Amino acid sequence: MQGKAAPSPETPIVMVGRIGRRRAIAHMNLAAAKTGLRVGQAVAHATAMAPGLVLHDLDAEGDRAALRRLALWAQRLYSPTVAPDPPDGLVIDATGCAHLFGGEEKMLVDIRRRLAKAGYAAMLAIADSWGGAHALARYSRRALFVVPPGGLGVQLKDLPVAALRLPPETVQALAKPGFDTIGELEATAKGPLAHRFGMEPIRRLDQAHGREREPIEPVFAPQTPRAAKIFAEPIGAPETLARYLTELTVELCATLEALTLGAKTIDAWFYRVDNRVESARIGLSAPARDARRLAKLLCEKLEKVDPGFGVDKMVLAAPGAEPLAYSQDDVLSNLGGGKRATDLSGLIDTLRVRLGAEAVYRLASAESDIPERSVRKTPAAETPVAFSWPVDWPRPTRFFPRPEPIETVALLPDQPPASFTWRGVRRRVRRADGPERVFGEWWKADAELARSRDYFQVEDEGGERYWIYRDGDGEDAATGSQRWFMAGVFG
Amino acid sequence: MSAAPPPVALDALRRKVRALEAQDRVTRAVLPFGVQPLDVRLPGGGLALGALHEVAGGAEEALYGATAAKFAAGILARAQGEVLWCRRQADLFAPSLAQAGLPPERVIFADAGDEAGVLAAMEEGLRWPGLAGVVGEVGKLSMTASRRLQLAAEKGGQIAIAVRRWRRIADAADLGQPTAAQTRWRVSPLPSSPLPPSVPGVGRPRWFLELLRCKAGEAFDIELEACDAKGHLRLPAPLAHRPASPDAGQGRAVA
Repeated sequence: MQGKAAPSPETPIVMVGRIGRRRAIAHMNLAAAKTGLRVGQAVAHATAMAPGLVLHDLDAEGDRAALRRLALWAQRLYSPTVAPDPPDGLVIDATGCAHLFGGEEKMLVDIRRRLAKAGYAAMLAIADSWGGAHALARYSRRALFVVPPGGLGVQLKDLPVAALRLPPETVQALAKPGFDTIGELEATAKGPLAHRFGMEPIRRLDQAHGREREPIEPVFAPQTPRAAKIFAEPIGAPETLARYLTELTVELCATLEALTLGAKTIDAWFYRVDNRVESARIGLSAPARDARRLAKLLCEKLEKVDPGFGVDKMVLAAPGAEPLAYSQDDVLSNLGGGKRATDLSGLIDTLRVRLGAEAVYRLASAESDIPERSVRKTPAAETPVAFSWPVDWPRPTRFFPRPEPIETVALLPDQPPASFTWRGVRRRVRRADGPERVFGEWWKADAELARSRDYFQVEDEGGERYWIYRDGDGEDAATGSQRWFMAGVFG
Repeated sequence: MSAAPPPVALDALRRKVRALEAQDRVTRAVLPFGVQPLDVRLPGGGLALGALHEVAGGAEEALYGATAAKFAAGILARAQGEVLWCRRQADLFAPSLAQAGLPPERVIFADAGDEAGVLAAMEEGLRWPGLAGVVGEVGKLSMTASRRLQLAAEKGGQIAIAVRRWRRIADAADLGQPTAAQTRWRVSPLPSSPLPPSVPGVGRPRWFLELLRCKAGEAFDIELEACDAKGHLRLPAPLAHRPASPDAGQGRAVA
């Protein structure tokens, strides 16, 4: 139920599933939890305890499908390796992905923000292992939990045994001799534990602490063009990996060609013999299916892939492929004498793969008079709109992102200083141009309402030209601190 | 001491060497500066396309490379096509490039983490014929690195410009080291062109341009007015000796 049909958050709602032949509560909302109900309780019991309880039948199939859709969404945005963690979670392999968002915490904040926009409340945790992150997301009572590498043991100690992804019977069986927390279980000798409860608790314990590897089997959208290869013998040598990666790319491009699609993203997964999945992703600025170029880009990513003791399966997929018509450009440019290609998307992609997606860009004009706000980054593959900076005002070639304070011998409000000292050198001003008065943008921040700056171009005796400014108009203290700063150097 | 060899033999030898050098090149074209005294002293009558050129700033400019960057921008503004600008420090101010004739739609920036990354990005850029040229801001430029860039530029036919810029002025002595670049320039700021005495302000910037090294050419220096909005340099006209303009004294204000 969505939109106006949705009940208010205060209405207690439970989802009714079946445990054996009993109709019991499978999930419930916060309002229902407050009335004292618990998951697994018989429905007859629950309706007696909480009058006005709204019951819905569990649609397990629908839930699974929705979770899968969510996983595909997360895969597009965050990492190639994403899988549903039923019944109510997602698991994302964030290795090497978090830095794209400015760190692990920022990545979690971003996930939470986007989910909230879509109407999902989420608990998030990031840790060294799937099991650990699973437990902390569900049982730590913190909406956002970042465990630094190696700090997992301490955090898991006080969580209940149920956090270990064990079947309810095992949890109950463990509770009888008094095992309530993971810490207690961890402190017990493993031999007798296995003897009594089987290997499952120990395996889950090891997985949670990251002692046992647990591969994340990524989701695939049904129509995603894909190519896979299973190796009889694990391969590990870089040249061998590159060779098969190239072969698979050719196969993938043939699939794309048959569908008249072009890849925007290509994900590669390397299934290692020690139960780990390494992944790599390349992004393309324009849809492409030129196997030679794509294979080259993918092979550049290979140096970040650790094959361990060997890789026994390799999968390539092109999620979100876009229509790409046939063209004769390639033929023409190969003839040599033909028109020279002016398409730079290949160069842009290569540099993006090598230096990072944010490191390749254009600088376009933004509509602001404040110099540091007048420039914005735009994607390198797009041609920015024609709005441009003023041509009549001098602009320095080097612009200091952090203006440096200078000592001045300044005279009148409308005059540039007679001399100034910057980086320990005193310079006498011989000529000057200005002031160019720039006002604060009050629509961005209240503090800027009265502010202004006066920019001057000054030239010293040697002919060096600098861009300096005074914070304020030189008279009114409300307009700024009246101190002088070095903003840039002219060429 | 033997007699000087006859000039005919010398000429034949020169031609032979030139033919050897030009084997791999796709172009022998040049980009003239449009400034007579500059072009006549450059082999071919301009800055060679398909070659690596070094530009550094003089004195304190070795730290900022502002004049050097503007000089490079002015050259590429006059060439056809887009420009790849590779750098480590993101302190180049795009509005100033636009004022030298390189608007946003003509420049792609690539930020590399280290100088090796800058050089690699430059080399990659030189493989794409759609580019007018490639600029890289580097401090150290070894013989090997410059040779690679020179070869890549020869194959692609674009202009490669290494804007040399150092962290300390003392490091600028590095500019004396040999590289495979076709030319090596040093640009230092000079006091700007004088304005009429009653007019306050800064006139058109002037540069002291030195050609320190040039393959098959000779070093020289010249005083010039910095590049304008289209990237053109100009010879300074000494105010005192300038002929009076035809409509002097006839200007009329229109309100």
